[in-house]
Amino acid sequence: MSVADQTMAPTSTPVESSGPLAHDATAAPHHTSTGLSNEKLGMWLFLGSECLLFGGLISTFLLYRAKDVPGMAGPAVGDLYDIPFTSVSSFVLLMSSLTMVLSLSAIQRADQRRARTWLLTTALLGGTFVAGQVYEFTAFVREGLGYTTNLQSSAFYTLTGFHGVHVTLGIVMLMSLFVMSLRGRLSSERAETVEIVGLYWHFVDIVWIIIFTLVYLIPA
Amino acid sequence: MSAESTAAARHEEYQAQTEHEGADHPSERSYVGIALILAVLTAAEVATFYFEEELGALLIPALIVMMIVKFFLVIMWFMHLRFDHNLFTRIFVSGLVLAVGVYMAALLTFKFFS
Repeated sequence: MSVADQTMAPTSTPVESSGPLAHDATAAPHHTSTGLSNEKLGMWLFLGSECLLFGGLISTFLLYRAKDVPGMAGPAVGDLYDIPFTSVSSFVLLMSSLTMVLSLSAIQRADQRRARTWLLTTALLGGTFVAGQVYEFTAFVREGLGYTTNLQSSAFYTLTGFHGVHVTLGIVMLMSLFVMSLRGRLSSERAETVEIVGLYWHFVDIVWIIIFTLVYLIPA
Repeated sequence: MSAESTAAARHEEYQAQTEHEGADHPSERSYVGIALILAVLTAAEVATFYFEEELGALLIPALIVMMIVKFFLVIMWFMHLRFDHNLFTRIFVSGLVLAVGVYMAALLTFKFFS
Protein backbone atom coordinates (compact mmCIF):
# COMPACT_ATOMS: atom_id res chain seq x y z
CA MET A 1 0.00 0.00 0.00
CA SER A 2 1.45 3.36 -0.96
CA VAL A 3 1.70 6.30 1.44
CA ALA A 4 -1.06 8.07 -0.48
CA ASP A 5 -3.30 5.03 -0.16
CA GLN A 6 -2.64 4.82 3.54
CA THR A 7 -3.33 8.46 4.21
CA MET A 8 -6.59 8.22 2.28
CA ALA A 9 -7.65 5.06 4.08
CA PRO A 10 -10.48 5.47 6.56
CA THR A 11 -9.36 5.08 10.18
CA SER A 12 -11.50 2.00 10.63
CA THR A 13 -9.53 0.21 7.91
CA PRO A 14 -6.51 -1.67 9.27
CA VAL A 15 -3.27 -0.34 7.83
CA GLU A 16 -0.48 -2.72 6.84
CA SER A 17 2.02 -3.05 9.64
CA SER A 18 4.98 -2.39 7.35
CA GLY A 19 3.76 1.01 6.07
CA PRO A 20 5.03 4.42 7.18
CA LEU A 21 1.92 4.99 9.24
CA ALA A 22 1.99 1.52 10.74
CA HIS A 23 3.30 2.64 14.15
CA ASP A 24 0.05 4.42 14.89
CA ALA A 25 -2.23 2.15 12.91
CA THR A 26 -3.76 0.44 15.91
CA ALA A 27 -4.04 3.67 17.89
CA ALA A 28 -5.53 5.84 15.10
CA PRO A 29 -8.04 7.39 17.50
CA HIS A 30 -8.42 10.67 15.58
CA HIS A 31 -11.12 10.77 12.95
CA THR A 32 -8.80 12.12 10.28
CA SER A 33 -7.39 10.60 7.12
CA THR A 34 -4.05 9.96 8.85
CA GLY A 35 -5.49 8.92 12.20
CA LEU A 36 -3.41 11.70 13.74
CA SER A 37 -4.47 15.01 15.18
CA ASN A 38 -4.55 17.62 12.40
CA GLU A 39 -3.78 20.39 14.90
CA LYS A 40 -0.65 18.63 16.11
CA LEU A 41 0.38 17.80 12.55
CA GLY A 42 -0.11 21.46 11.65
CA MET A 43 2.08 22.59 14.54
CA TRP A 44 4.89 20.21 13.50
CA LEU A 45 4.64 21.51 9.92
CA PHE A 46 4.85 25.08 11.22
CA LEU A 47 7.87 24.21 13.37
CA GLY A 48 9.56 22.55 10.40
CA SER A 49 9.11 25.77 8.41
CA GLU A 50 10.40 27.82 11.33
CA CYS A 51 13.72 25.96 11.01
CA LEU A 52 14.16 27.74 7.67
CA LEU A 53 13.36 31.16 9.15
CA PHE A 54 15.82 30.84 12.04
CA GLY A 55 18.39 29.08 9.84
CA GLY A 56 18.41 32.14 7.58
CA LEU A 57 18.74 34.57 10.48
CA ILE A 58 21.52 32.58 12.18
CA SER A 59 23.57 32.13 9.01
CA THR A 60 23.20 35.83 8.16
CA PHE A 61 24.57 36.75 11.58
CA LEU A 62 27.45 34.27 11.22
CA LEU A 63 28.39 35.83 7.87
CA TYR A 64 28.43 39.38 9.24
CA ARG A 65 30.02 38.86 12.60
CA ALA A 66 33.63 38.83 11.38
CA LYS A 67 35.45 41.51 13.32
CA ASP A 68 37.66 42.71 10.50
CA VAL A 69 34.99 44.19 8.25
CA PRO A 70 36.66 47.24 6.66
CA GLY A 71 35.23 50.55 7.82
CA MET A 72 32.84 48.95 10.33
CA ALA A 73 31.26 51.55 12.56
CA GLY A 74 30.72 51.09 16.29
CA PRO A 75 31.82 48.26 18.55
CA ALA A 76 31.73 44.59 17.54
CA VAL A 77 28.80 42.70 19.08
CA GLY A 78 31.13 40.04 20.46
CA ASP A 79 32.99 42.65 22.54
CA LEU A 80 29.80 43.56 24.42
CA TYR A 81 28.54 40.11 25.40
CA ASP A 82 27.97 39.51 29.08
CA ILE A 83 28.31 35.71 29.06
CA PRO A 84 27.50 35.09 32.75
CA PHE A 85 24.29 37.13 32.40
CA THR A 86 23.24 35.41 29.14
CA SER A 87 24.08 32.02 30.69
CA VAL A 88 21.58 32.67 33.48
CA SER A 89 18.95 33.72 30.90
CA SER A 90 19.63 30.54 28.92
CA PHE A 91 19.30 28.43 32.04
CA VAL A 92 15.98 30.12 32.89
CA LEU A 93 14.58 29.38 29.42
CA LEU A 94 15.83 25.79 29.57
CA MET A 95 14.10 25.22 32.90
CA SER A 96 10.88 26.69 31.49
CA SER A 97 10.81 23.67 29.15
CA LEU A 98 10.77 21.43 32.22
CA THR A 99 7.89 23.35 33.82
CA MET A 100 6.00 23.23 30.50
CA VAL A 101 6.26 19.47 30.26
CA LEU A 102 5.27 19.14 33.93
CA SER A 103 2.19 21.22 33.15
CA LEU A 104 1.25 18.85 30.33
CA SER A 105 1.81 15.87 32.58
CA ALA A 106 -0.48 17.42 35.22
CA ILE A 107 -3.29 18.22 32.75
CA GLN A 108 -3.12 14.66 31.40
CA ARG A 109 -3.70 13.45 34.97
CA ALA A 110 -6.59 15.96 35.26
CA ASP A 111 -4.68 17.75 38.04
CA GLN A 112 -5.97 21.25 37.21
CA ARG A 113 -4.37 23.12 40.08
CA ARG A 114 -0.87 21.80 39.44
CA ALA A 115 -1.23 22.29 35.67
CA ARG A 116 -2.19 25.93 36.29
CA THR A 117 0.77 26.43 38.61
CA TRP A 118 3.25 25.03 36.10
CA LEU A 119 1.70 27.06 33.25
CA LEU A 120 2.10 30.25 35.24
CA THR A 121 5.66 29.28 36.25
CA THR A 122 6.54 28.68 32.60
CA ALA A 123 5.13 32.07 31.60
CA LEU A 124 7.05 33.77 34.42
CA LEU A 125 10.31 32.09 33.42
CA GLY A 126 9.67 33.16 29.83
CA GLY A 127 8.97 36.70 31.03
CA THR A 128 12.26 36.68 32.95
CA PHE A 129 14.08 35.65 29.79
CA VAL A 130 12.46 38.43 27.73
CA ALA A 131 13.23 40.97 30.47
CA GLY A 132 16.86 39.83 30.35
CA GLN A 133 16.89 40.32 26.60
CA VAL A 134 15.47 43.84 26.90
CA TYR A 135 18.15 44.62 29.50
CA GLU A 136 20.85 43.27 27.19
CA PHE A 137 19.60 45.32 24.23
CA THR A 138 19.47 48.46 26.39
CA ALA A 139 23.04 47.87 27.61
CA PHE A 140 24.25 47.38 24.03
CA VAL A 141 22.56 50.58 22.83
CA ARG A 142 24.17 52.48 25.72
CA GLU A 143 27.54 51.16 24.52
CA GLY A 144 26.84 52.70 21.10
CA LEU A 145 25.57 49.62 19.27
CA GLY A 146 22.23 50.54 17.67
CA TYR A 147 20.20 48.54 15.17
CA THR A 148 21.74 50.34 12.19
CA THR A 149 25.25 50.89 13.58
CA ASN A 150 26.70 48.16 11.36
CA LEU A 151 25.68 44.99 9.50
CA GLN A 152 26.71 42.86 12.46
CA SER A 153 24.44 44.70 14.88
CA SER A 154 21.50 44.62 12.44
CA ALA A 155 21.90 40.85 12.03
CA PHE A 156 22.27 40.36 15.79
CA TYR A 157 19.22 42.42 16.79
CA THR A 158 17.12 40.86 14.02
CA LEU A 159 18.02 37.32 15.07
CA THR A 160 17.67 37.72 18.84
CA GLY A 161 14.72 40.12 18.42
CA PHE A 162 12.82 37.57 16.31
CA HIS A 163 13.50 34.96 18.95
CA GLY A 164 12.32 37.34 21.67
CA VAL A 165 9.08 37.97 19.75
CA HIS A 166 8.56 34.20 19.53
CA VAL A 167 9.06 33.88 23.30
CA THR A 168 6.62 36.75 23.86
CA LEU A 169 3.98 35.08 21.66
CA GLY A 170 4.56 31.89 23.61
CA ILE A 171 3.91 33.77 26.85
CA VAL A 172 0.64 35.11 25.40
CA MET A 173 -0.39 31.54 24.55
CA LEU A 174 0.57 30.30 28.03
CA MET A 175 -1.36 33.08 29.72
CA SER A 176 -4.37 32.32 27.52
CA LEU A 177 -4.23 28.71 28.70
CA PHE A 178 -3.87 29.93 32.29
CA VAL A 179 -6.96 32.14 31.98
CA MET A 180 -8.89 29.29 30.31
CA SER A 181 -7.90 27.08 33.21
CA LEU A 182 -9.06 29.67 35.76
CA ARG A 183 -12.43 29.82 33.98
CA GLY A 184 -12.68 26.04 34.09
CA ARG A 185 -12.32 25.70 30.34
CA LEU A 186 -9.07 23.73 30.37
CA SER A 187 -10.04 20.28 31.51
CA SER A 188 -8.13 17.15 30.60
CA GLU A 189 -10.29 17.06 27.47
CA ARG A 190 -8.16 19.93 26.17
CA ALA A 191 -4.81 18.32 27.06
CA GLU A 192 -3.85 18.32 23.41
CA THR A 193 -4.11 22.13 23.32
CA VAL A 194 -1.54 22.29 26.12
CA GLU A 195 0.61 19.76 24.27
CA ILE A 196 0.55 21.87 21.07
CA VAL A 197 1.43 25.09 22.90
CA GLY A 198 4.15 23.06 24.63
CA LEU A 199 5.59 22.01 21.26
CA TYR A 200 5.88 25.68 20.27
CA TRP A 201 7.48 26.55 23.61
CA HIS A 202 10.06 23.75 23.40
CA PHE A 203 10.89 24.82 19.84
CA VAL A 204 11.62 28.33 21.06
CA ASP A 205 13.89 26.74 23.64
CA ILE A 206 15.83 24.63 21.10
CA VAL A 207 16.31 27.68 18.89
CA TRP A 208 17.92 29.44 21.86
CA ILE A 209 20.12 26.40 22.52
CA ILE A 210 21.53 26.92 19.02
CA ILE A 211 21.75 30.73 19.27
CA PHE A 212 23.49 30.56 22.65
CA THR A 213 26.21 28.29 21.28
CA LEU A 214 26.71 29.69 17.77
CA VAL A 215 26.21 33.38 18.53
CA TYR A 216 27.45 33.80 22.10
CA LEU A 217 29.87 31.02 22.97
CA ILE A 218 31.77 30.26 19.77
CA PRO A 219 34.31 33.05 19.31
CA ALA A 220 34.22 35.05 16.07
CA MET B 1 -23.41 17.57 17.85
CA SER B 2 -23.50 19.59 21.08
CA ALA B 3 -20.42 21.27 22.55
CA GLU B 4 -20.38 18.80 25.44
CA SER B 5 -20.47 15.73 23.27
CA THR B 6 -17.77 17.21 21.02
CA ALA B 7 -15.55 17.81 24.05
CA ALA B 8 -16.20 14.28 25.29
CA ALA B 9 -15.32 12.86 21.88
CA ARG B 10 -12.10 14.87 21.81
CA HIS B 11 -11.26 13.62 25.29
CA GLU B 12 -11.84 10.01 24.25
CA GLU B 13 -9.68 10.46 21.18
CA TYR B 14 -6.87 12.06 23.13
CA GLN B 15 -7.07 9.47 25.92
CA ALA B 16 -7.01 6.63 23.40
CA GLN B 17 -3.91 8.00 21.76
CA THR B 18 -2.04 8.83 24.96
CA GLU B 19 -3.03 5.52 26.55
CA HIS B 20 -1.73 3.69 23.52
CA GLU B 21 1.57 5.54 23.81
CA GLY B 22 1.45 5.61 27.60
CA ALA B 23 3.53 2.48 28.08
CA ASP B 24 6.56 4.38 26.85
CA HIS B 25 5.71 7.86 28.12
CA PRO B 26 8.26 9.25 30.54
CA SER B 27 7.40 9.90 34.15
CA GLU B 28 7.83 13.29 35.81
CA ARG B 29 10.98 11.93 37.41
CA SER B 30 12.38 11.23 33.93
CA TYR B 31 11.59 14.81 32.87
CA VAL B 32 13.46 16.14 35.89
CA GLY B 33 16.37 13.82 35.07
CA ILE B 34 16.52 15.15 31.50
CA ALA B 35 16.37 18.73 32.81
CA LEU B 36 19.31 17.97 35.13
CA ILE B 37 21.35 16.62 32.22
CA LEU B 38 20.47 19.77 30.23
CA ALA B 39 21.54 21.95 33.17
CA VAL B 40 24.87 20.12 33.50
CA LEU B 41 25.51 20.45 29.75
CA THR B 42 24.70 24.16 29.89
CA ALA B 43 27.13 24.57 32.81
CA ALA B 44 29.78 22.72 30.80
CA GLU B 45 29.14 25.00 27.81
CA VAL B 46 29.53 28.11 29.95
CA ALA B 47 32.70 26.66 31.51
CA THR B 48 34.30 26.49 28.05
CA PHE B 49 34.11 30.30 27.96
CA TYR B 50 36.56 30.42 30.88
CA PHE B 51 38.87 27.71 29.49
CA GLU B 52 39.03 28.86 25.88
CA GLU B 53 42.82 28.77 25.65
CA GLU B 54 43.20 25.43 27.43
CA LEU B 55 40.67 23.78 25.13
CA GLY B 56 42.30 25.20 21.99
CA ALA B 57 41.10 23.41 18.85
CA LEU B 58 38.71 21.27 20.91
CA LEU B 59 36.59 24.27 21.89
CA ILE B 60 34.33 24.49 18.83
CA PRO B 61 33.78 20.72 18.36
CA ALA B 62 33.00 20.36 22.08
CA LEU B 63 30.46 23.21 21.96
CA ILE B 64 28.83 21.85 18.79
CA VAL B 65 28.53 18.35 20.28
CA MET B 66 26.98 19.68 23.51
CA MET B 67 24.56 21.84 21.51
CA ILE B 68 23.45 18.87 19.39
CA VAL B 69 23.00 16.64 22.46
CA LYS B 70 20.86 19.31 24.17
CA PHE B 71 18.84 19.85 20.99
CA PHE B 72 18.04 16.15 20.64
CA LEU B 73 17.28 15.68 24.34
CA VAL B 74 14.63 18.41 24.13
CA ILE B 75 13.01 17.24 20.88
CA MET B 76 13.09 13.55 21.80
CA TRP B 77 11.92 13.80 25.43
CA PHE B 78 10.20 17.12 26.03
CA MET B 79 8.62 17.27 22.56
CA HIS B 80 7.92 13.52 22.73
CA LEU B 81 9.29 12.70 19.29
CA ARG B 82 10.77 9.54 20.81
CA PHE B 83 7.28 8.34 21.72
CA ASP B 84 5.05 9.94 19.10
CA HIS B 85 4.16 8.88 15.61
CA ASN B 86 7.15 8.90 13.27
CA LEU B 87 5.31 11.11 10.77
CA PHE B 88 5.85 14.05 13.16
CA THR B 89 9.57 13.24 13.25
CA ARG B 90 9.72 13.06 9.47
CA ILE B 91 7.99 16.41 9.03
CA PHE B 92 10.24 18.19 11.51
CA VAL B 93 13.44 16.52 10.32
CA SER B 94 12.55 17.45 6.71
CA GLY B 95 12.41 21.13 7.67
CA LEU B 96 15.58 20.83 9.71
CA VAL B 97 17.58 19.04 7.02
CA LEU B 98 16.36 21.47 4.37
CA ALA B 99 17.36 24.44 6.53
CA VAL B 100 20.80 23.02 7.38
CA GLY B 101 21.42 22.08 3.74
CA VAL B 102 20.34 25.42 2.29
CA TYR B 103 22.25 27.56 4.78
CA MET B 104 25.39 25.41 4.77
CA ALA B 105 25.40 25.89 0.98
CA ALA B 106 24.96 29.64 1.49
CA LEU B 107 27.79 29.78 4.03
CA LEU B 108 30.07 27.76 1.75
CA THR B 109 29.23 30.07 -1.16
CA PHE B 110 30.41 33.04 0.92
CA LYS B 111 33.57 31.12 1.95
CA PHE B 112 32.54 31.25 5.61
CA PHE B 113 34.64 28.23 6.58
CA SER B 114 37.87 29.33 4.86
